[in-house]
Amino acid sequence: MGYTEEELAEDLKNQEYKFGFTTNIESDKAPKGLNEDIIRFISAKKNEPEWLLEYRLNAYKVWTNMVEPDWAHIKYEKPDFQDITYYSAPKQNKKYESWDDVEPEMKETMKKLGISMEEQQRLTGTAVDFVMDSVSVATSFKSKLKELGIIFMSFSEAVQEHPDLVQKYLGTVVPTSDNFYAALNSAVFTDGSFCYIPKGVRCPMELSTYFRINESGTGQFERTLVVADEGAYVSYLEGCTAPQRDENQLHAAVVELIALDDAEIKYSTVQNWYPGDKDGKGGIFNFVTKRGMCHTNSKISWTQVETGSAVTWKYPSCILKGDNSVGEFYSVAVTNNYQMADTGTKMVHLGKNTKSTIISKGISSGHSHNSYRGLVQIHKNAENARNFSQCDSLLMTDTSGAHTYPYIECKNPTAKIEHEATTSKIGEDQIFYCLQRGISEEKAISLIVNGYAKEVLNKLPMEFAVEAQKLLAISLENSVG
Amino acid sequence: MEIAQENKVLQFVENLSVGSDLPTYRAMAKDALAGMDFPTTRVEDWKYTRVTRITKQNYKSVEATADASAYRIPALNANVMVFVNGFYDAAQSSIEAQEGVTISAVADMDLEDYLDKLDSIDENVFSLINKAYYTGGAFVRVEKKVVAAKPLHIIHITTGEGVIANTRHFIDVDQSAEMEVVCTHHSVNAAESFSNVVLEGSVGVNAGLKVHKLQLEELDMFHISTENFIQEKDARFDINTITLGGLLVRNGLNILVDGENCDTMLNGVYLTKEKQLVDNHTFVDHLQAHCVSDEMYKGVVDDKSKAVFNGKVIVREDSQKIEAFQANGNVLLSRDAEVNAKPELEIYADDVKCSHGCTIGQLDEDGIFYLRARGLGKKSAEQLMTQAFIGEVIERVKNETVQDYIYTQFEERFGWVR
Repeated sequence: MGYTEEELAEDLKNQEYKFGFTTNIESDKAPKGLNEDIIRFISAKKNEPEWLLEYRLNAYKVWTNMVEPDWAHIKYEKPDFQDITYYSAPKQNKKYESWDDVEPEMKETMKKLGISMEEQQRLTGTAVDFVMDSVSVATSFKSKLKELGIIFMSFSEAVQEHPDLVQKYLGTVVPTSDNFYAALNSAVFTDGSFCYIPKGVRCPMELSTYFRINESGTGQFERTLVVADEGAYVSYLEGCTAPQRDENQLHAAVVELIALDDAEIKYSTVQNWYPGDKDGKGGIFNFVTKRGMCHTNSKISWTQVETGSAVTWKYPSCILKGDNSVGEFYSVAVTNNYQMADTGTKMVHLGKNTKSTIISKGISSGHSHNSYRGLVQIHKNAENARNFSQCDSLLMTDTSGAHTYPYIECKNPTAKIEHEATTSKIGEDQIFYCLQRGISEEKAISLIVNGYAKEVLNKLPMEFAVEAQKLLAISLENSVG
Repeated sequence: MEIAQENKVLQFVENLSVGSDLPTYRAMAKDALAGMDFPTTRVEDWKYTRVTRITKQNYKSVEATADASAYRIPALNANVMVFVNGFYDAAQSSIEAQEGVTISAVADMDLEDYLDKLDSIDENVFSLINKAYYTGGAFVRVEKKVVAAKPLHIIHITTGEGVIANTRHFIDVDQSAEMEVVCTHHSVNAAESFSNVVLEGSVGVNAGLKVHKLQLEELDMFHISTENFIQEKDARFDINTITLGGLLVRNGLNILVDGENCDTMLNGVYLTKEKQLVDNHTFVDHLQAHCVSDEMYKGVVDDKSKAVFNGKVIVREDSQKIEAFQANGNVLLSRDAEVNAKPELEIYADDVKCSHGCTIGQLDEDGIFYLRARGLGKKSAEQLMTQAFIGEVIERVKNETVQDYIYTQFEERFGWVR
């Protein structure tokens, strides 16, 4: 595990930092419910400038006039928005008293993922000791980033330290009125991450939320803003392969990426929130708005491995505004038991010679439903736009469902668009072949599924790829129909 | 919404009238209209097709005469039925009696069979208007084990401005019987008129039905059709939809495959120009196992025209061993043309092979270069390429006479050379 040490170090830092933070604002909680006062309260607690409060209030106004959408192919009980606590002091809730309290299944899963003991303890919040020398590693990372002028900090910090940058870019890609959950997020987001890569800088390491200060307790309304200035490059990792439990059922995050001229952003996500139990009880609702803006000659690449959450509803998109810009979307979505996923992408071609690639692999098992929903839109002036989409679905059981809803809109005669989708069962002859050679059925399925998803897994940064492979296998355990 | 506001649908049908002693199903349809509204582009199914151009007008239903002789397909030895503005024109029709084959024009299809078979299909507001106010239609029934000797050619003519033609047909092909129907749609001086057609049919156990629909109206009228079919066990059903005319055309095709071992083939061609909008919606619902459906739609979109393709395939739970294929190809020829495609797959069974493919692009430049290098003009090279592109679909029409007729239409309308 290449990152373990750094994380631990960072965690140590977090703790120090948090002490300072919590004493400042005196840990308290907003009452349940949502109204303008709550928003003022959040804003005041975070010591936000006036414009941000205005931004939030405006978003709230927009949100109150919106209706929760129901077009997605998912069923869930709509959350009661007045029954949510929108602000609680950022303190780490101890989920387990000691390592012995952690559920055996959870331990088992982490063991299978190959997560080191220290990290296992950290993830479950039971770690007590930290290896001292790892602090220096983290510090060296920090100093290196600083040397290059890279800003990477929590959103709240960025609001205080770089308000001009935040104000300049916040809401430019996902406007407050974009959709129901984006509006809600804009009104009540509590924290998240902010990243700025200056002109011409190539970020030397994968930026991960692991490294970030004050990561824990960012809450259910996370806001991420990544800006790559002209000619910059950054690879950003989000999430974690280890199973994550959270008492907040609703997660409505907003991620905005901005790639200025000649810049490149690679954004990878591994999402493994608690998916609910075998009967579909519990589990996280993951309603995320992710979108990137590509300027001239820039490139944004989304890679996601989605295995968790009871309900997933997300469409990482690219707006290819600049000429010669490139958008990519690689996704593996696995659903098991009673999980529901409605995920896909939007590629909006506005500039000339823009290119987009969509590779989506869905795997449905148990009683789950897995949908791909995508939009490829070629606008009038997008000369020579090019799109290739491939959406494959693999069905493991006869009670699961796989659905494809691509929208293809073309207004330019020089565009070339190809869309292809297939749905099929896992190959019995392939399983047979493996069985014949002494490979157990479970292993065979894992082998086949990994082969099937390889195209996407290959796009993940090294650190993630290995774990993601194991994660796929674990998510599909006992799933042969 | 409920109160005070005037109902647009009722306004729309204001000038239409039907007899007072309506059979129950029509009376029900008429009553249901009061609670309906026309779809807007916010309705998913009508996302790309704005129907206000059609619905803002008040149409009248007028009996008229028009010469149908020009619309007969010379080489096709067929029974012919002519409908002018939705009314049956017996004088121009010719039906040869055959035992076991009933072809008649009826106003009311108050038949138990008919009502039972298709009551599960959702009605849209246009098909409901049709149900309440249709003025004529063909009723075809082919008895058990009878193979219809001749195909039936139904000629629809709309004439006069601001006219609505509500035509409704029903084709019932009983067990192991065979039938073929050609529907052609034409218009004469029918600017701003509206042809609202419903074609329904049932293909019985081991029966076969072929339908060829050729939409050849002038570019100044509206056309909305709803085609509902149900297939029983071992049934074979082919439908070809060729759309060349009409200002705003919507072909809504729903096929319920309600039996095992069925074979369903859907082909479509749309060539649009000027300000046309052609919307093809197809829906294949696989309710039973072991079926094959194969769909191919291709279109060439020119000038300021728009094409919409929405192909939906649902494989229901336990409908195993389904093979469902769908292909949609589009060529854009002009700067102002637009294509919106939405192929959809909803699969609830695991042992299936389903795929769809959709492309939007241009004619192959290398191909055109090759032809031009051999002395062809730019235009004829392009035409040849278009023909080859569309030809793939036409070749799937399993009737050479009809194929020929389609090519003749291309010649007439687009100056294609053969």
